[in-house]
Amino acid sequence: MITAEISEKTIHRFSLKKALRESPVAQGLFLMGPTNTYLIIFMVIPLILVTALSFLSRGTYGEVVYKFSIENYVRLFDPLYAKILGYSLLVGLLTTVFSLVIGYPMAYYIARAPARQRSLLLFLILLPFWTNFIIRIYAWIMILRSSGFLNSFLQWIGIIHEPLNILYTPTAVLIGMVYEFLPFMVLPLYTSLEKIENAQLEAAADLGAPPWKAFLRVTLPLSVPGMIAGTILVFIPAMGMFVVPDLMGGAKTILIGNVIRNQFLTARDWPFGAAASMLLMVLTMVFTLYYTRKAGFGEELLI
Amino acid sequence: MSEKKPALWLRIYTFLVYAYIYIPIIILVVFSFNKQKLNIRWEGFTLDWYNKLFNDHQVLLATRNTLMIAFISTIVATVIGTMAALALQRYHFPGYGASETLMYIPIIIPEVVMGISLLAFFALINFKLGLVTITLSHIAFNIPFVALVVRARLHGFDKSIEEASMDLGANELVTFWRVTLPTIMPGVLSGAMLALTLSLDDYVITYFTAGPGSTTLPLRIFSMVRFTVTPEVNALSALWVAIVFVILFISEYAQRRRA
Amino acid sequence: MKKIRIVSIVMLLALLMVACGAQKASKVLNLYAWSEYVPQVLLDNFTTATGIQVNYDTYSSNEELLAKLQAGASGYDVIIPSDYTVAIMIKQGMLEMLDKSKIPNFANLDNRFTNPDFDPGDLYTVPYQWGTTGLAYDKTMVPFEPKRWADVWDPAFANRLVALDDEREIIGVVLQMLGYSKNTTDQAQLDEAKQKFLDLKPNIRLFDSDSPHSALLNGEAWAGIMWNGDAALAYRENPNIVYICPEEGCGIWFDNLAIPKNAPHLDAAMAFINFVLSPEASVLITEEFPYSSPNAAGLEYLKTYDAALYQSYMDFPGTNPPSDFLAHATPIRDVGDATTLYDRIWTEVKGEE
Repeated sequence: MITAEISEKTIHRFSLKKALRESPVAQGLFLMGPTNTYLIIFMVIPLILVTALSFLSRGTYGEVVYKFSIENYVRLFDPLYAKILGYSLLVGLLTTVFSLVIGYPMAYYIARAPARQRSLLLFLILLPFWTNFIIRIYAWIMILRSSGFLNSFLQWIGIIHEPLNILYTPTAVLIGMVYEFLPFMVLPLYTSLEKIENAQLEAAADLGAPPWKAFLRVTLPLSVPGMIAGTILVFIPAMGMFVVPDLMGGAKTILIGNVIRNQFLTARDWPFGAAASMLLMVLTMVFTLYYTRKAGFGEELLI
Repeated sequence: MSEKKPALWLRIYTFLVYAYIYIPIIILVVFSFNKQKLNIRWEGFTLDWYNKLFNDHQVLLATRNTLMIAFISTIVATVIGTMAALALQRYHFPGYGASETLMYIPIIIPEVVMGISLLAFFALINFKLGLVTITLSHIAFNIPFVALVVRARLHGFDKSIEEASMDLGANELVTFWRVTLPTIMPGVLSGAMLALTLSLDDYVITYFTAGPGSTTLPLRIFSMVRFTVTPEVNALSALWVAIVFVILFISEYAQRRRA
Repeated sequence: MKKIRIVSIVMLLALLMVACGAQKASKVLNLYAWSEYVPQVLLDNFTTATGIQVNYDTYSSNEELLAKLQAGASGYDVIIPSDYTVAIMIKQGMLEMLDKSKIPNFANLDNRFTNPDFDPGDLYTVPYQWGTTGLAYDKTMVPFEPKRWADVWDPAFANRLVALDDEREIIGVVLQMLGYSKNTTDQAQLDEAKQKFLDLKPNIRLFDSDSPHSALLNGEAWAGIMWNGDAALAYRENPNIVYICPEEGCGIWFDNLAIPKNAPHLDAAMAFINFVLSPEASVLITEEFPYSSPNAAGLEYLKTYDAALYQSYMDFPGTNPPSDFLAHATPIRDVGDATTLYDRIWTEVKGEE
């Protein structure tokens, strides 16, 4: 008797549905739960694994030997890797700068276009990027190689007589990278620019400022959050890229992404690859934290 | 923004940038009809490569895999991501800050790092690499993107309609289903589209987590670009482009009809 | 809601289309091999003969194969490792023993290639193809005809070389050029090799293991360090292509069919290996990927199957190496821990700007 009573009461008292209905905290946790669980299993744990791996060593045949060592990190301090890292940062930086310079006027144009044209224009930027990443790079290879379009065209109209040596050079890599990352820069820039109200610009004009000055003093500063968001979205992935340098750079350049990939798939030195990954990740996080703090991670960054 | 017509140079410039974006694709498509195998000079029109494509078992298999992975990971990530967006945008709970940071990590991590960490993870727990591991990985990177997009949508959400609904007697669940969800649906769909794109296009993470018989189109195309270098690749690319254009135009058209 | 409906209809259609297109085969074989190495027509014939569908996944290097298998990419039934990789795999217990009773076509092999030192008794592998790693060049494009590895260091070749993206092969070439062993573990020798490799780098236009002959054919490169089969493919399209084994010596390698441990379709794997060793399959391989064939019965059959092809196989030094090629040819051997030394050289040279 008593057991039945008690169990009935307990059932009544703890109704999941009721708890959810009444407590916003419970609701919040319930909604957030799956994401947290999933990411802890498939992201946090793997990353912890990689961290642990970075402190182990490589065996003779490429297996992992469970022997603690910080040797991998010591190896990273070698000037060779500093150089590679520096080069990766440079590539990331150049890609970001070029995307910014090329993309800004475009974003500006779209932001100033009549409202109904805007979504079409944005759509047109995104459309090619719905096609496959590798396909797009292949298209560029076809264009840039010695017997490719650019050279054939330039020779046909007589500007040059010898084919230009573009493919398999750092220039080609840059062209490819900017091509890939342009939308990631244009979209946040557009979002930012679009929010700038006419009123502010008109006020500037009323106060006697010429258009260029209005741009420099009003528009540009107000678009900074967009620039920061774009920079984060471009710089970080660009730094870790290995596909574009492989395909368009003739596999002649080694970026930090290549080093990591090689350690896992060629040199089979997983611990060292793990250490290099840790380095890249830390750099990325530092960069992101610094910039988001500067921008005040807020609505401006949301597309 | 001002209704003044933008300067001519700006218009020309923008057009040039669009050209930069589109010319490679156009060339790719045009050359898929090229007779010459080596893809250097134009030699004549042919549909041979398309024919070869449809008989290519590897490509068909890769297509099936890619689509399956994309659909499943999109659906799962959209559901979970939308829930997360709602949680972060409207609720306060212990661990809010940590949850938010956790969720954004996959966006910030370089793909190669995520790829190798998943590889190491699956290797450690002895989980066979294949379609399942790829799908699990895709879901992981899709969730934050969906959440990001939905959050942006939720931002200007006017709670008063929800309150009105509840005042009229509907409970939370019904309110959510009948009022909230339809309103945020464009955002949810945008998030889903983003997830779909990311999954369809993914090369790096898939590269590390793929196993036997689980090759996807991006991986296959990469192989073809590296090895075959015949116009068959162009044909595949052209088809992919065409299908994408058609789907997107349909969805844009539908959206406009609604509006 | 119209949008949802449309999108879902499209999705369903796509799924339907694809589901019909690639039906799930009940019998399957998972092949993991070099790209451009197993002809599709051979796989199709195998499917017709046995009803087993073959999935062909690819890798670009032995190291990638080893790495993926060690990482737990199980589920492959047949792999094609090279000699030194077989040695590593046997040491690590990564291969299944072959049941010769299921592979009667083993008798078709030229017994110069059976019982190799990396797999005594052919317990785990059978030869698939073999070849050399040498120098190919377009005689109409090169400033002079190279005879030695040292020749390609000449500034006249600036930015006109294609090289395999393979650290053991290329560093091996540098070592051979210096007169050292391709498999040395001597730090001093390796340091010297690194310097020499750096000197060579300006001449290298691109690294490519997947399709080096493309660079030769489309004019990007005038010469290249590549495998014999690649050179043969280039030769077929352009008779001006010459393949030589330079005076300092070239590389020699043997690729083998093997079955990874715990392969899910063991019988299918053996059947496949047996099928590949048949003369009919052998000629298909030679037709499409003209490396050197260890299959005596296959070559015999080629005489009648395609006399012209047989003739060109015999004539081209890539496919049919003369004895002076083989005299100085050295195989790659695993160097154990020293692998990291080679890898470091590779990284350093590639990272050098």
